[in-house]
Amino acid sequence: MDFYFYGMRLFCLLLLILTASCKDESARNGTMDDIDHNEDYSAVSLDVYDFEGLKPFLKTNTDKIYVVNFWATWCAPCIKELPYFEALNSAYSDKNVEFLLVSLDFPKKYDSHVKPFIKKNNLKSKVVALNDNDSHTWIPAIDPDWSGAIPATLIFNKDKRQFYERTFTYEELEAEVKKFLN
Amino acid sequence: MKYIKGFFAIVALVMLSAFATVGNGYKIGDIATDFELESVDGNMVSLSDFKDAKGFIVIFTCNSCPYSVAYEDRILALNKKYAIQGYPVIAIMPNNPEVQPRDNMAAMIQRAKSKGFTFPYLIDEAQKISPQYGASKTPEVYVLQKTSKGNEVKYIGAIDDNYQDEGAVTSKYVENAVEALLSGQPIKETQTRAIGCSIKL
Repeated sequence: MDFYFYGMRLFCLLLLILTASCKDESARNGTMDDIDHNEDYSAVSLDVYDFEGLKPFLKTNTDKIYVVNFWATWCAPCIKELPYFEALNSAYSDKNVEFLLVSLDFPKKYDSHVKPFIKKNNLKSKVVALNDNDSHTWIPAIDPDWSGAIPATLIFNKDKRQFYERTFTYEELEAEVKKFLN
Repeated sequence: MKYIKGFFAIVALVMLSAFATVGNGYKIGDIATDFELESVDGNMVSLSDFKDAKGFIVIFTCNSCPYSVAYEDRILALNKKYAIQGYPVIAIMPNNPEVQPRDNMAAMIQRAKSKGFTFPYLIDEAQKISPQYGASKTPEVYVLQKTSKGNEVKYIGAIDDNYQDEGAVTSKYVENAVEALLSGQPIKETQTRAIGCSIKL
């Protein structure tokens, strides 16, 4: 019975991989068009790191579970799945799970796009920006199988880590996080 | 029971990683498939049309990806420098225009005109070529060399190591690869990685 169940799950997983590339990237700036450019977004904090600076965020010795999502405001499939990360963040706030959104936007977009996006969408997860041109080094350092396409997500605790070059629905993301809760 | 669960998790993982690496296109040394794709000038273009070419700089790119746009001038420069030396640029737009309308043929024609593309800008309408090559994002380059066996994959990856600032580039990966091929030297870096926009199939 269980064999059948997991077999089916495996099949579904493969099916999912086959169909996961059907992504919608409708507009370059997603929902950013209605941003009021007269508004002052300078109060929005956005720490910018190179890969050396980001590294400490990608490992832990504590009992916490970390969900790190690599995204950009121009990446429509990223923008589409961000609300699921936010929703899970609030649903699991008492579960020792921490979320980090790593923006890969171009530096010249930090003030014009990233900060307004954070404020407008009232993002609760911590947002940082990664500005490091040596992607040939840091992409495989984050995961050897990462081609460099986004969105991409890393989930880890002190014992294990799992990397996902794919998009998530709320349920899919929750299922992955739950695997780390057990 | 837990063991069975773990076992299947491992099987799933192995299959997942196999899918991501082995089943995912060309490796260095593989022979790349030819194609017949429509260009922005209305002609159908194949690699076999280029009788005098020594090889090709095949670039999966598109209108809609900011990384592709950031590299447009450098792609033009690559073609200018290397087409006359036998390595023309062949640009292939791999996205599904129904998913990304800014990459439809009309938009491609317009972009090619406004930027003055000097190379074929092809649409992979059936979306069969990028999966065969194993391209997952734009921009992504495959440098091919004509051999007796066919067009051999010699380099896969990024154009250079700085998408933001051409002036701050320290390694021109594609140029280095083509220069090595032209002078019969081994290519130092045959595979590189960069952030890009996932291909919309």
